[in-house]
Formats: sequence, structure tokens, C-alpha cells
Amino acid sequence: MAAISVQNLFKIFGKNPEKAFPLIEAGKSKDEILDETGNTIGINDASFEIKEKEMFVIMGLSGSGKSTVLRCLNRLIEPTKGTIKIGDENITEVSKDRLLELRRKRMSMVFQNFGLFPHRTVANNVEYGLEIGGMPKEERRKKAYEALEKVGLKGYEEQKPSELSGGMQQRVGLARALANDPEILLMDEAFSALDPLIRADMQDELLELQAEVNKTVVFITHDLDEALKIGDRIAIMKDGYVVQVGTPEEILTNPADDYVKAFVQNVDRTKVITAQAIMRKAPTIQIPKDGPSVAIRKMEKVGVSTTYVVDENRRLRGVVTIDDAIKLKEDGKKDLEEILMTDIESASPQTPINQLLPKAIEAKYPIAIIDDEKNLKGIVDRATILAELNENGNNAASDQDEPKSTDQ
Amino acid sequence: MFDIPVGDFFEFIINWLTDNLGGFFDLITITVKTFLVGIENILLFPHPIIMIILLAAVAWYISGKGVGIFTVLGLIVVEGMNMWDATMETMALIFTAVFIALLIGIPTGIWASKNDTAERVIRPVLDFMQTMPAFVYLIPAVLFFGLGEVPGIIATLIFAMPPAVRLTNLGIRQVPEEIREAALAFGSDSRQMLLKVELPVALPTILAGVNQTIMLALSMVVIAALIGAGGLGQPVVTGLQQLDIGLGFEGGLAIVILAVFLDRVTQSLGEKSQ
Repeated sequence: MAAISVQNLFKIFGKNPEKAFPLIEAGKSKDEILDETGNTIGINDASFEIKEKEMFVIMGLSGSGKSTVLRCLNRLIEPTKGTIKIGDENITEVSKDRLLELRRKRMSMVFQNFGLFPHRTVANNVEYGLEIGGMPKEERRKKAYEALEKVGLKGYEEQKPSELSGGMQQRVGLARALANDPEILLMDEAFSALDPLIRADMQDELLELQAEVNKTVVFITHDLDEALKIGDRIAIMKDGYVVQVGTPEEILTNPADDYVKAFVQNVDRTKVITAQAIMRKAPTIQIPKDGPSVAIRKMEKVGVSTTYVVDENRRLRGVVTIDDAIKLKEDGKKDLEEILMTDIESASPQTPINQLLPKAIEAKYPIAIIDDEKNLKGIVDRATILAELNENGNNAASDQDEPKSTDQ
Repeated sequence: MFDIPVGDFFEFIINWLTDNLGGFFDLITITVKTFLVGIENILLFPHPIIMIILLAAVAWYISGKGVGIFTVLGLIVVEGMNMWDATMETMALIFTAVFIALLIGIPTGIWASKNDTAERVIRPVLDFMQTMPAFVYLIPAVLFFGLGEVPGIIATLIFAMPPAVRLTNLGIRQVPEEIREAALAFGSDSRQMLLKVELPVALPTILAGVNQTIMLALSMVVIAALIGAGGLGQPVVTGLQQLDIGLGFEGGLAIVILAVFLDRVTQSLGEKSQ
């Protein structure tokens, strides 16, 4: 079941939101509707589902409605129309008391400028959510200290937020959001106010933390690289619409429209596209069942000079070449183990292609792509990687050319 | 040309209030008087030397060494001018007026910060209270509460209250939106929002308002003495009437010393809360 499911969500800012609906149906643009009714479309018919324990990134430029969507999820902003389900509870219809309880126990939020309470110490900030939920002092203290240790702020508990650096302040924000052990973390441009180096660190740490705590995370950002780095799936928003939802790779390889295409063309694809996406099926033979004759026949059939050898559990054992196999057959021997070459390059399906390239240059044979159980999933050869890199290079080159041509 | 009987109108209202709400005003008089006398007795109970040490210790603790030393020297001068009792009377009077002003002013400020309509109504009333010459308050104050300290306190608190309202309103409105959102996102109800987030974050601004209120109250001391409020205003008024330069200056100097003490201490309170 989806952790969060959003269906036909609308948010219209302004005095008479109803007036805008006929215009939306007539297909008028955001600006036209603003001129005619004075209403601003914040979210326009957004629908998506967020899976449990997923890192779901909503990406868009300012004014795209991404922060509004996030605030609808905990009703800091009241949606105009549509349903939002958390688990199987429709939170657009819950009572005020239930909403308070949801905010206290099931979801928490991290803010762009940290949103820390300046008059409280670090530990008191972290325990705020527990305090207003009525948890006894000793217990919530303990939880706050634990949460702070988790984000690496042990020893800073009794300082004031203003005494900490930006990165540390956001760790406090993160600890505060983790202290009540919620199912859902809402992160609103959580790292956008930090400088680039600290930001990259925080992204890494968030990923590590996520592996440990396993929350459903909804992360808002305007930075595509950040989205690609941390998102399991990404929703791209523009003018209140959700333009595309997909994995980073889907978005890069198959952009839904020109807007997304324009967005992704500057991205270094080699960091995102993984072996999985470009590998092809490998011709294999199984030992000890198959002998040299089968190997030779298979290689001749598909027209290759090497084949991959797996055992009865489909675990990769090595490679044999057609020359060796013919020799073995001429010698009248049957056991392929004798001519098996085991020193071949391998990589996991999740390896990005920029890391595959060095291996491909060294390797005599195509790189074997194997999963954790050493099962052979496919192979990637040098030509495929170079073709993929070339495509990326072409995009970058054409971007650089543009300003030059306008200069002339 | 033509007359608008504004004066008659106010006179009518004041007379109507005196005739019909006399009992109510008497009740206020008794309550305020009791409170005032209580504080006066507390302040005058210890020997001046002990009181000087106590006040200097407070000043030292809150505002540091310099203000502590100033307090000792200043209060010794006050005692040496035979102004001790008058100074404590004035302090009690200011304390009472400021206490009541804050009791009304801070909740009013909170209300104004939460409700735009309320703010629109309250703002011109505050402007009126502050710009109307303070002497004018003396007339109805005397009619309602007779002569003495109580009408002095009432006139003082009306004049001194506006900054408390304004700065409470301002302080709460200036709480950053993100902090407010954070409080909401973690499930605060409106009471927790006010008590645990808005008021503490606004506290430095509110304390600046308290400081202003105290200073405005001090500026009313001499005026209130005209209707028999006593205290340090009395020697100044007497000095003026009898052209007694010495007496006038002694009273004035004591007011300055008291003002510096109160100002520095309350200002430091505001800075410390940041």
C-alpha cells in the first residue's frame, strides 16, 4: 500500500477559489486565470503516490507549487480540492484534534531556514514535539539526546541554536524531526540554505541516516542534481502541475516533455545512468552440464568469440573463448573448467557508467554485471559505454555552442 | 460660523459616568490604593541602607558592575537630600501604574497581533492616549477618583500603556513565519503556540515595551503631583510654586537617579532575554 497517495489535488489562493475551476477546465493558463479572477493557482490537479520507506523528491523551480504540495500533506496549507491519504486515512477530512495527533506522532518536518526556536537550547528544540504531546520530561530528554547523537551532535545539547553553524543547525532540525519517530519526514528545501560543500555532506548523511531509520521521506528541492542524488523517485512540477513522476533514470532517459528535457540536458548522465540500463543479455553456457561442443555451437550461432560460463545456480564462473574451446574439443577433453578464465571484470547493476569506464578500458572482455548473489544479469561492452558517454558529451557541447553563436 | 460642542459632549459623558458608575470607581480606588500602600510599606520597611544594598545588588546582578556602583552612589545622594521616603513613594506609584498598564496592555497587544480588525481599532486609540496632553487626563481622573495617589496612578497608566500594547503586538507579528510553521508542524495548538513559541520569541521586543512604559510613567511623576499624588513630584511642584530652586532641583535630581536605575535594569532584562 502507498504511504501517501495524493489524488486530484488543487490549491487555489485568493478570495473565491471556486471561480477559478471553470477556467482551469477551459484550459486557461496560470497567468490568464490570475488576470481574470485574481486567484493564483498553487497546485493544479496533482496526483501521485509515494511508497513506504521511499525517498520521494518533488522538484521544480520557485512558484512551481512544490512547497505548497508539501504543506498540504500536513495541512499547514488547506487544500482547495482533492484527497490526500496517509495510509488509508484521508487527512483532508480529519478533525482538528486528529490532525494535531498526526502532526505530533506520524509526520514531522524540516525547514529550509531550519525553523529552530531561538529561545530554546538545542535539546529543548529537539524535544519540542514530544513536549507538546505531553511526554514526561525525563523520557523526552532521553529521546532528544538519542536523536542528537544520531545526527552527530553529541555534546551540543545545551547550546543555543545561534551558537551553531548552518549545517549543524540543520542537523538540529533533522534531529527534531526524528525525535518523535514519525513514519513520514517532510523536508522543505532542507539543504538549500547551506553552502555547496556542507550541502553535499548533508545529502550523504541523509542517505546514510535513511538506510538506518527507514522513513518515508518527501524531499522538496529546486536542484536537479540533489534530486537525482537522493531520490528513489522524483516528481517534477511546473506551474502547479506534476509534469512527470519517475526514477532518476527514467527521467533522464525518457523525459515526459520539452520542459523536463530542457531541465535534464545539462546533467552529467554518466553519474546517473547505471549499468542496468545499458547492459545486454549475455550468451551463457552452464557447467558441468555443457561441454566444448555446446559452447562452440552457441558462440557460432550468435557470432561471438567469447561466452560466459555459469554454474547450475546461474552464478558466474568465468569466460571461455572459441579458440580454447575448439582446442579442447580437438584434444578430446570434455571439462570446460580447464580453459575457464576467471579473472574478468565485474560490476553491480547499480554502478553508474562513469565508474564502469575505467574497468572497460582495462578489460579484455565485456564487463559482467552481477548481483549480490553473483548471478549474471548481463554484460556491458566498451562500445556501449563510449556511445553513452558520447551522447552526454554532445549535449554538453551543444550547450556551449549556443552563447557563442549569439555573440557573432 | 458654527459650534461643535465637543467640550459639552465630553463633559456630559464624564458627568454621566460619575453619576452612574460612582460605586465602580470607588471599588477601583480602594483596590488600587490597597495595592499601592502595600508596596509602599514593603519599600519603606527596611532601613534605607539595607534597601540601598538590595537595589544595588539587583542592579549589579542584572546590569553589571557599573550600574551597581551607580545605584549605590545615586541612592546615597537621594538619602542625603532627605528624599528617601518620597523616592520610595514614587517607586511604589510607578510600580503600581506599570503593573496595571501591563496587566491590560500585554493581553491587548496579544489580541491586536491575532486580529487585524482589533489592531485597526486599537491603533488610533493608542495614538489618542499618547498624544493627548497628559494634563488633560488629570481632570476626569480627579472627578472619578478624587484627589491623591489613585487618580495620579490612573492618569499615569493611561499615558504609559501604549508602548506595552504596541510592542507586544509588533513582537508577536515579527515572529518569523518559519518558526510559526515549525510549531504548527509539530502539532502545537493555539495555546501552546502562544505560550511556548510566540511570547518567548517576542519577549525581547515586549520587554523593550515594558521599559518604555516605565520611562513614560516616570515622566508623569511631576504632573501627577499636581493632583496630590505625592512622591518626588511634590518637591518639584512646591519648588515651582514657592520659587525654591534648591528644593526643585533636589526633587528633579532624585527623579533622574531613579530613572537611570529603572531604565538600565529593565533594558538589561530585555537584552538578556535575547
